[in-house]
Amino acid sequence: MHIIQQVAFILVVLIATGLFIKKISRIKRNILLGQDEDLSDHPSTRWRNVLLLALGQKKMFRYPLVAIMHFVIYAGFIIINIEVLEIALDGLLGKHRIFSGFMGHTYSWLLNSFEVLAVLVLTACICFLVRRNGIKVKRFMKRELDGWPRSDANYILITEIILMTLFLTMNTADRALQLQGYNGYHDTGNFIFSGMFAPAFQNFSSQTLIAIERTCWWLHIVGIFTFLNYLPYSKHLHIILAFPNAYYIRLKPQGKIPNMPDIQNEVLYSMQPELAPVNDPAAAPKRFGAKDVFDLSWRNLLDAYSCTECGRCTAACPANITGKKLSPRKIMMDTRDRAEAVGRNIDQNKEFKDDGKVLLRDYITEEELRACTTCQACVQECPVGIDPLNIIMQLRRYLVMEESSAPAEWTGMFGNIENNFAPWKLSPDERDKWTES
Amino acid sequence: MNIPTIAEMKLNGEQPEVLFWVGCAGSYDLRAQKITKAFATILNKLEIKFAILGKEEMCTGDPARRAGNEFLFQMMAYNNIQLLNNYEIKKIVTACPHCFNILKNEYPELGGNYEVIHHTTFLQQLIDDGKIKLTDSNSFKGKRITYHDSCYLGRSNNIYEAPRKVLEILDADLVEMKRCRSNGLCCGAGGAQMFKEDEPGDKRINTERTEEAIATGASIIASACPFCNTMLTDGVKNAEKEADVRVMDVAEIIAASME
Repeated sequence: MHIIQQVAFILVVLIATGLFIKKISRIKRNILLGQDEDLSDHPSTRWRNVLLLALGQKKMFRYPLVAIMHFVIYAGFIIINIEVLEIALDGLLGKHRIFSGFMGHTYSWLLNSFEVLAVLVLTACICFLVRRNGIKVKRFMKRELDGWPRSDANYILITEIILMTLFLTMNTADRALQLQGYNGYHDTGNFIFSGMFAPAFQNFSSQTLIAIERTCWWLHIVGIFTFLNYLPYSKHLHIILAFPNAYYIRLKPQGKIPNMPDIQNEVLYSMQPELAPVNDPAAAPKRFGAKDVFDLSWRNLLDAYSCTECGRCTAACPANITGKKLSPRKIMMDTRDRAEAVGRNIDQNKEFKDDGKVLLRDYITEEELRACTTCQACVQECPVGIDPLNIIMQLRRYLVMEESSAPAEWTGMFGNIENNFAPWKLSPDERDKWTES
Repeated sequence: MNIPTIAEMKLNGEQPEVLFWVGCAGSYDLRAQKITKAFATILNKLEIKFAILGKEEMCTGDPARRAGNEFLFQMMAYNNIQLLNNYEIKKIVTACPHCFNILKNEYPELGGNYEVIHHTTFLQQLIDDGKIKLTDSNSFKGKRITYHDSCYLGRSNNIYEAPRKVLEILDADLVEMKRCRSNGLCCGAGGAQMFKEDEPGDKRINTERTEEAIATGASIIASACPFCNTMLTDGVKNAEKEADVRVMDVAEIIAASME
């Protein structure tokens, strides 16, 4: 019996890990479809960002109560995974509670703290479920969350509730067996939370209790492996990608828009032709701005996969607040959806085959792009350092420079700047007229 | 007003301590001209040796760049940097956060390296140095003032305190809007929105922001950006609150209170 369980367990581990690695390497490939961008400078500042933003969740604390609950779920979930290490070792070696043998009192202390965390995680998850579905917080009601994204959020919370319940039920059955003195279930001391229910469980026969304990054990560990493989398809991937995303934040003043050296040089050479290099016919003209995910930077695509759709960006966006179509969260979700579609296309065809779609217009409309005030509230708000504005700017650049597509007022403004050196149709001779009165 | 241009100064073999970058709004917009004059008055009163570029100044290219027209931006940047470098400009002060952000953050990698200061920071330094002295009975004493953060000053460049510190010397009743500092709500003008109509929606952004400012009960909305000033002034007009609420630049408030 034991040996069958061991073999089954090893198979589960191998399959789950294999599938996870396969999916993650596809996501990595999708992210690297983006253009190169060097973001390796100032490593110490970058590690600081990882500690503060990803590990410390600094920006979450702009809303303290939610931040504490989120931190409980996160810390609880991570710390309880130490217990998963024991579970995994038990599974692999065919042992039961392998750590209890040599840890003594520390073991019950450790398990009790896991139980406290499990109860806290359970409570926080229930609160979040109620908050999402009962209280109807405005940013969770936006239309970009209709369908899968809203279900995804609920599935995650429900899964965590189930996993914590399984963990606690397993401990209750275990404790009941200990109290019955059943062979193999050595006394670990009382469990702070699940121990309360153990006396009630003692009415069950030992066989029933073993069945409960084993079922919970299996469902819990299989549940965790399933959840691991659910992550890459879910907004929940942020628990992993928040770390690289915080590391690779662009270190620049928030209001600075990235330069385009190609255009800088083109202007320079037209002004000072003597500086222009001899024409290299092999140098293909590059596309200005971005039309599809291939034109964006890999950093933009990492941003898209790191987004957990919390909508703090959208809640702070002045355009969205006043009822415009623009939602920075939707920009990120669209970018990820497009990257995923391109990825599936590559998986099917070995290389990307034109599918007649691009990010611009098929996913993100001009109306959304034109509503942006570049106020950076979205960038400021994002807890994991996502920059939706950067994508908006690149798409705007494509619209204006590749398609000459701009609202008539903007075209007029461009003309005024070019001819009068001011955005209004006023003569440069009048620029200092204010000094006269 | 007696405002020397850099060309005139150079002709006399002089170099200004600081160049006052007026910006397009400050030069042409009738409302913003008053901010320009107020700031120039302060500089003159304190006998600070400054100059303007006058007719030679050009748009920094901010609205072009943010609308997506990088070519036009690069052309403007090239011309301005040539001009500033030829005049050997070292230090620039400007009353426009958009010009400030571009000159400070976006010109350096194009070859334009200057010490760039926003006028609120400049005023704060003058106050700290004890140079700005207010009249005993400044008309803002006890008045309720709420300060509106400009995106390109605040979130872009982390300047939240300087304008507030300047207002503190008035002994006024300073109140904050709920969305302030890094949470501040945009006035609706940035990203070249100033030059076009809002996209379809429920409300104009400046209406949303002005309502919030009016709700504080302030009689003065202080701004530090000519574009915010325009948007909020329009908002006050639309709310028909012109009799009760005035939108004023920090420089105008100080100029009106100085000895």
